[in-house]
Amino acid sequence: MSIEPPYTLYHPRWYRRRVSVWWWLQKRSYTGFVLRELTSVFVAFFAMVYLWQLHALTQGPEAYGQFLARLRTPLFLALDTIAFLFVLFHAITWFNLTPKAMVVRLRGKRVPDWVIVGLNYAAWLALSGVVAFMLLRGR
Amino acid sequence: MPPTVALTVTRYRPERESEPTRQTYEIPYRKDWVVLDALNHVKDNLDGSLSFRWSCRMGVCGSCGMKVNGTPKLTCATFLSDYMPGPIRVEPLDYFPVVRDLVVDLTDFMRKLKQVKPWIIRKEEKAPAEGEYLQTPDQLDTYKQFSMCINCMLCYSACPIYGLEPSFIGPAAIALAQRYNMDSRDEGKAERLKILSEHDGIWQCTFVGECTKVCPKHVDPAGAIQQYKLTSATDWVKSLLLPWGTR
Repeated sequence: MSIEPPYTLYHPRWYRRRVSVWWWLQKRSYTGFVLRELTSVFVAFFAMVYLWQLHALTQGPEAYGQFLARLRTPLFLALDTIAFLFVLFHAITWFNLTPKAMVVRLRGKRVPDWVIVGLNYAAWLALSGVVAFMLLRGR
Repeated sequence: MPPTVALTVTRYRPERESEPTRQTYEIPYRKDWVVLDALNHVKDNLDGSLSFRWSCRMGVCGSCGMKVNGTPKLTCATFLSDYMPGPIRVEPLDYFPVVRDLVVDLTDFMRKLKQVKPWIIRKEEKAPAEGEYLQTPDQLDTYKQFSMCINCMLCYSACPIYGLEPSFIGPAAIALAQRYNMDSRDEGKAERLKILSEHDGIWQCTFVGECTKVCPKHVDPAGAIQQYKLTSATDWVKSLLLPWGTR
């Protein structure tokens, strides 16, 4: 460490505080933010499982059966539940933030935030409905 | 006996302390007092050595930003009554170097503010004789919110990204850049994009959103940054697909 010159009017000695490693625990909103950032890991997890599924599918019915059996093990069920909760948190928090990034103006007036959030949720519901329809149709 | 409240203030006297300490003053509680009134009471009656910045007392000058009970606030607009029965803790803003007691140094922000060129840039200036640059109320409305910034630095103090990455240009400077980008009279968007889309610009922001929450003037810096990210990303895609069509 360098030796500081004595304090004078022309050599002010400023105090700089270090940011604590635990800064994200100091406020609830900070913790929420860090959790939201963490959700990306679980989104990636789902993507990997999906790729793994596609791979199993190309290897024939037997490999696909093994893949499905593995998904039913308690370890994967637990992992999937946790990942699903995080992805849900991811979706909800990001939907709620969309009006900040997207400012839509109609006839010179800003479309209210709740309309933009609502449209996102509506699109989500509609798409989920389509997926559910496709999955359940054959049953 | 008239009611009193404990005011705990951070002290830092660089000529005799190497680290800040805390000092508690017992001050009279008045319903119509804001934290700044309490600090002025201390300075006038109890301890003249206490240093803090203030000027207008009405939320316009942006000088009296401090942390009150951990949250960045304009002390002239923060009533004691909201913190009763106390104690009330007053600290200097986070992430800026402390000069003395509650006074922080803002040189870093001033430098960054200048970098984003917060003024109207014209490719060719009109001669004054040709008159003003006209603007409709709707055009004014698109950026007016961002022009309300008073440079009080509460948003920087609320931004953990600025704390962790001091080179980040930061919420207020980006909101002010966006204020000029969205101004129909301005033609300097491309110049500002160079600075803002660099490493220390908009992409450092991971959208914590606290800057918007603490802003006393409802500027919404977080919104400004996300909107700018969207424009910057669409511009990039456009330049990729239509290299001839972006300028």
